[in-house]
Amino acid sequence: MESLGVLLLYPVNAYLEQELDRRCRLYRFWESPREEFLRAHAGAVRAVVGNANYGADAALIDALPALEIVASFSVGIDRVDLAKCRERGIRVTNTPDVLTDDVADLAVGLAIAVLRRIPQADRYVRAGLWKSRGDYTLTTRFSGKRVGIIGLGRIGQAVARRVEAFDCPVNYHQRTEQKSVYPNYTYYPTVVELASNSDVLVVACPLNASTRHIVSREVMETLGPKGVLINVGRGPHVDEPEMVAALADGRLGGAGLDVFEDEPNVPEALLGMDNVVLVPHVGSGTYETRKAMADLVLGNLEAHVLSKPLLTPVV
Amino acid sequence: MTSSEPPVLPTLLMFRVRELRFHAALRERYHVLDFFTSGEPLHGFLAAAAADPDPPRALVAAGGDSVSVDAAFLDAVPSLRFVFSTGAGLDHIDLGECARRGVAVANSGTVYSTDVADHAVGMLVDVLRRVSAAERFVRRGLWPLQGDYPLGTKLGGKRVGIIGLGNIGSLMSKRLEAFGCVIHYNSRKPKESVSYRYFATVHDLASESDVLVVACALSKETRHVVNRDVLDALGKDGIVINIGRGPIIDEAELVSALAEGRIAGAGLDVFEKEPKVPAELFSMDNVVLTHHCAAFTKESRSDLRDATIGNLEAFFSGKPLLTPVLPR
Repeated sequence: MESLGVLLLYPVNAYLEQELDRRCRLYRFWESPREEFLRAHAGAVRAVVGNANYGADAALIDALPALEIVASFSVGIDRVDLAKCRERGIRVTNTPDVLTDDVADLAVGLAIAVLRRIPQADRYVRAGLWKSRGDYTLTTRFSGKRVGIIGLGRIGQAVARRVEAFDCPVNYHQRTEQKSVYPNYTYYPTVVELASNSDVLVVACPLNASTRHIVSREVMETLGPKGVLINVGRGPHVDEPEMVAALADGRLGGAGLDVFEDEPNVPEALLGMDNVVLVPHVGSGTYETRKAMADLVLGNLEAHVLSKPLLTPVV
Repeated sequence: MTSSEPPVLPTLLMFRVRELRFHAALRERYHVLDFFTSGEPLHGFLAAAAADPDPPRALVAAGGDSVSVDAAFLDAVPSLRFVFSTGAGLDHIDLGECARRGVAVANSGTVYSTDVADHAVGMLVDVLRRVSAAERFVRRGLWPLQGDYPLGTKLGGKRVGIIGLGNIGSLMSKRLEAFGCVIHYNSRKPKESVSYRYFATVHDLASESDVLVVACALSKETRHVVNRDVLDALGKDGIVINIGRGPIIDEAELVSALAEGRIAGAGLDVFEKEPKVPAELFSMDNVVLTHHCAAFTKESRSDLRDATIGNLEAFFSGKPLLTPVLPR
């Protein structure tokens, strides 16, 4: 695919960049000012590769007349204007499945970290504050906690399977109940009812118009002073200012957050809190998974160029 | 006389029960002789206990540095027929001496196992996925300045070698299998009921594991069993998790292996000389350090109260102990 002009929106991964450079005609969007770049190269770009935070929005798509395919280095494609792509006949691919395990592992790891205060203990020890044996405060057991999952898709199911090994009852909410598929999980028709019956609430659904701020003030207050929110979805799933206030007042017990409304900016108030665990969008952040994601992006581009069926099409 | 005497509460020797609700629950049921509030030196306290009109037949002791139940101790309180240890370890009780004298011993059984297993899994995820290190990065405001955090490594497919497949090891393996880990183990003998791959020595286990977990008791055989040779066998991509006892690992060798990059990381809840933690570890991003807190949740504390009282009640009413260690 040496003649395929690929616009890489951000240096998402060194291996991917190297392969795109080797196998295609690579343009790096961040190397020159946007307008200058578009004037010089817009007509040569047939493919765009972005990620969770950098996508092909309407303005960019309009500026690229030769665009045929958007291959996102992510599973969430809320930053790609899908309607515009459909309109223009532009294909869109993402990277499902290969990152499911990593995101689910992190979700459960964050829940244990929040409830058992592991990063907090680590800070305590590193600060030289451990002065005597038996110097600990009691945390609360993770095993057996009721886990409520918003969205029982690939990631949600993977979270469910993991927490079942800790004897956690699994509750879920999504558009439809699937009782025959998940006889052991309890369905709730609204997120508030899910929160009311759960100790740990995990966001694992895609971000779209109907799921924006799905974790509202009411949901968080219902989850309550002992409840823990885990967000491995997208920042906008949660009403972030309401969450910060609820955590500060104790109306929400704790949170483990991998995503934020305005990455890489994290609300200042969270940085001083002890009842939260904050990580910088590392859900799929392992060597193994990022390579698999890169190979999937490359595989989709190659299939497109060879007019074969795309590996993981969204549009 | 119309009033009835209150029941005479059996005398109970107590060492190091700090938690208020637990203390109160025991005082409701027993005539408690509490060493730490007596203010007396040990031999004076024991002599006074032995001279009590109803000398103590039972003792409740926490582990570690609370008290050593050895021959001298047992000689000083000949009325003692039952020792209950609230800690997980029994290294402070001379089981041989107790057996010789027919003193029964019980421990806290499995009250801590779930929480220790959960904490160990949490630490393992933290080390492989760099959770605590990434947290520091975020809290220092480095995300907007330095961009993406360095990558961690996937749990799925990792071979986790567990030293000691007792309660804690078994609970850990069930949890880790759900993350796609492959379980290997070493223990004194292979376990018939288990399909995990067995290794006769800790060295062999380490050579075929990506993560080495110390989940066994401390004994003469296990002291420093994780030594330089084992760490070399684990190798430069290997990580160590210790939720057993500090002295099971040669700590100085562990620190130098980490400092020299001969192993990839560690999650440690216990240390050789608590509360001292080798200062070299404080600057390392590939280690997670907790202050011997893996066992301690509100739930395990409540379970411990129930187990202690349950065993004491069984002893005082002549019924079989709930979680006996001796007689075997």
